[in-house]
Amino acid sequence: MSAPTLVRRQAPPADLLIGDVRVFDPRERIDTRLDVRVRDGKIAELAQPGTLDREGEEASERIDGGRASLLPGLFDPHVHFRTPGQEHKEDLETGTRAAAAGGFCGVIAMPNTDPVIDSAPLLRSLRDAALRDARVPVGFTAAITRGLAGQELSEMASLRQEGAIGFTDDGRPVASAGMLRKALQYQRLCGGVLALHEEDPSLSAGGSMREGPVSAALGLTGIPSVSESTMVARDAELALYEQGRVHFQHLSAKASVEAVAAAKQRGAQVSAEASPHHLLLTEEELHGLDTRLKMNPPLGDEQDRQAIIEGLRSGVIDCVATDHAPHSREEKEVPFEQAPMGTTGLETAFPALYTMLVKPGVLDLGTLVERMTLGAQLFDLPLPRIAVGEPANLALIDLKTGWVPGEHGWESRSANCCFAGRRLQGRVIMTIADGVIAYRQRAFTVVA
Amino acid sequence: MNHLLSIEELDRAAIERIVDRAERFAEVADREIKKVPTLRGRMVLNLFYESSTRTRSSFELAAKRLSADVVNFSAGGSSVEKGESLKDTVLTLSAHKPDVIVIRTPWVGAAELVSRWCSAAIVNAGDGKHEHPTQALLDVYTLRRRIGSLDGLSVWIVGDVTHSRVARSNIIALRKMGAKVTVAGPPTLIPRQIEALGCEVRYTLDDLHTADVVYALRMQNERMTEAWVPSLREYAAWYQVNGRRLRPRQLLMHPGPVNRGVELSGEVVDSPQSLISAQVEAGVVVRMAVLYELLSGARGETPSPLHPTRSPQPA
Repeated sequence: MSAPTLVRRQAPPADLLIGDVRVFDPRERIDTRLDVRVRDGKIAELAQPGTLDREGEEASERIDGGRASLLPGLFDPHVHFRTPGQEHKEDLETGTRAAAAGGFCGVIAMPNTDPVIDSAPLLRSLRDAALRDARVPVGFTAAITRGLAGQELSEMASLRQEGAIGFTDDGRPVASAGMLRKALQYQRLCGGVLALHEEDPSLSAGGSMREGPVSAALGLTGIPSVSESTMVARDAELALYEQGRVHFQHLSAKASVEAVAAAKQRGAQVSAEASPHHLLLTEEELHGLDTRLKMNPPLGDEQDRQAIIEGLRSGVIDCVATDHAPHSREEKEVPFEQAPMGTTGLETAFPALYTMLVKPGVLDLGTLVERMTLGAQLFDLPLPRIAVGEPANLALIDLKTGWVPGEHGWESRSANCCFAGRRLQGRVIMTIADGVIAYRQRAFTVVA
Repeated sequence: MNHLLSIEELDRAAIERIVDRAERFAEVADREIKKVPTLRGRMVLNLFYESSTRTRSSFELAAKRLSADVVNFSAGGSSVEKGESLKDTVLTLSAHKPDVIVIRTPWVGAAELVSRWCSAAIVNAGDGKHEHPTQALLDVYTLRRRIGSLDGLSVWIVGDVTHSRVARSNIIALRKMGAKVTVAGPPTLIPRQIEALGCEVRYTLDDLHTADVVYALRMQNERMTEAWVPSLREYAAWYQVNGRRLRPRQLLMHPGPVNRGVELSGEVVDSPQSLISAQVEAGVVVRMAVLYELLSGARGETPSPLHPTRSPQPA
């Protein structure tokens, strides 16, 4: 079966000139000032600054590069857009608007909606909705097991044919090893990565944060790190045995990173992602019981955080994924134990990682851009590249301007962002996704 | 002090100030007329999402002895059962302009959350497994009355520490007062890294004889069904504080209600070493002192609540 593609709504292709801008694409080994001509949604010309900025050329839009940088559009393999059934949290329009505002030109949505995306007709109607509503291309995953119940396989082959970009029970683990083994066997027929949320329910039950000194002090039931790492080790072993292809979602523990490294060394076809919050925050932040910091898997300790950063740097962790998980105000404005798990992340992922990892010199910008785009490749999709003839997938970002997320609201329907209120640097000015302008920063000019 | 949300936020001086004031209020309890007009015209709202007899009644009694008006609100039989959120319940009750809301919930951090939603002073009367600060204050009061200074005192807290807000508040309060705290219990009921609170951990009672004070925790029946320990008999065999384990010079405490024959044997409950009824008695005067601290706001100065003619200071 051929790999499915992403879907977005129809829109006129971009036609514009970005004059004298710093172009930065680590894969193309470009870091220089250029004029960039986008014509008919494709990158038409890259040339020395000033050379494309000709008078009298057809009346397309011209943008002054100024102090901005032009990066390949980012890719997020893990978002929750809540459609169908929970549109009070997010829908395809607001979700893709948030993605575009974060510089993303492609995302993959999880199937733990209401109802769960576990049948071909449901998936078809969702893809149809995206053709109408999605500002940036969206890929849809389908459930591994019916209703995420972990009991019977979904009709994976039919789902794949209908456009499932991969399979996942995200939000829940595939608790039974036997069930996951069957999915791995079935993968030989239908293809499609199995993306795994790793958690042993018998260890995590009732927990609302990571088990450790902070949970002990607060009296909250803790989720031990081994709840994740033992499952990563188990499933890497299964993938190796069945020669299957699995992707480990949102790693949060040092031991999990080590298990992925070991599996890769042994030749297992595994990949892994890390989320901005696990790269930047720890359980120490939870003393104030801010429900925006409640997510699954929970924030770990500083050792975990360092191991995840090192994994991202070395490539043991292949890519960054936001796990953008919107929840409404009334759902989060409750005591910590009652609050649902999840933080939004699309609008803050790049600025947060740039501010807290690249600026202090922990990670270089090239590695960050590679890790924030590589998710596409893991799902057999083309990587965004800044090269002549390629479709325009571009993020124009001002790396020098500071801002406070949430200060002027959100593009997402929900506001439960763990980085809200923290001063970040790096502001997306424009996002061109699959040749279409998906976002431009709202600008106001005060005329005296 | 604007609220009493946790023991964590009190320093030793604040704990001593409250306990000193409670000692003065104790004189009121011995009078024929047990009431002073200190908080006349003030309103105390008891908001209880969990069942409680002693904590709620002692807050009620404390408020009444200070001449405050008391309204009791429990979640059962109220709009909470119709699905009203904590926030809306608090906003609705706040419309009656209580001066103090005493709140108990099964949720960690709920008292703190409520303090952000309304202007009343909030007293945490238990938030899940997190804290129960007035219990710790009355335990400090009880110990001070009996033995004076807590400096250098060795206190063992024995039992189900994992599910105990009393344990957490007491570890913090006793440490602040200069005591050395050891927690002991089955490994399944001692939270990993509880040492972060500054206590030692033991899994047997072999060294219990080194303690000056033995503080036993309530062993709840539901812990058996959840398989935290194999059986009550096994628990009692290893962790029951009884005549064999308690030395004559040691003092015994318990937050109540006691399961006789489980965490404590009957003979130690009734022994002269037991401070359990003194703890109950202390509950009212310490809570009077807390209400006074919050409403009369005599920050630092020594007020005289015993002179009825003196009007309360504005908060």
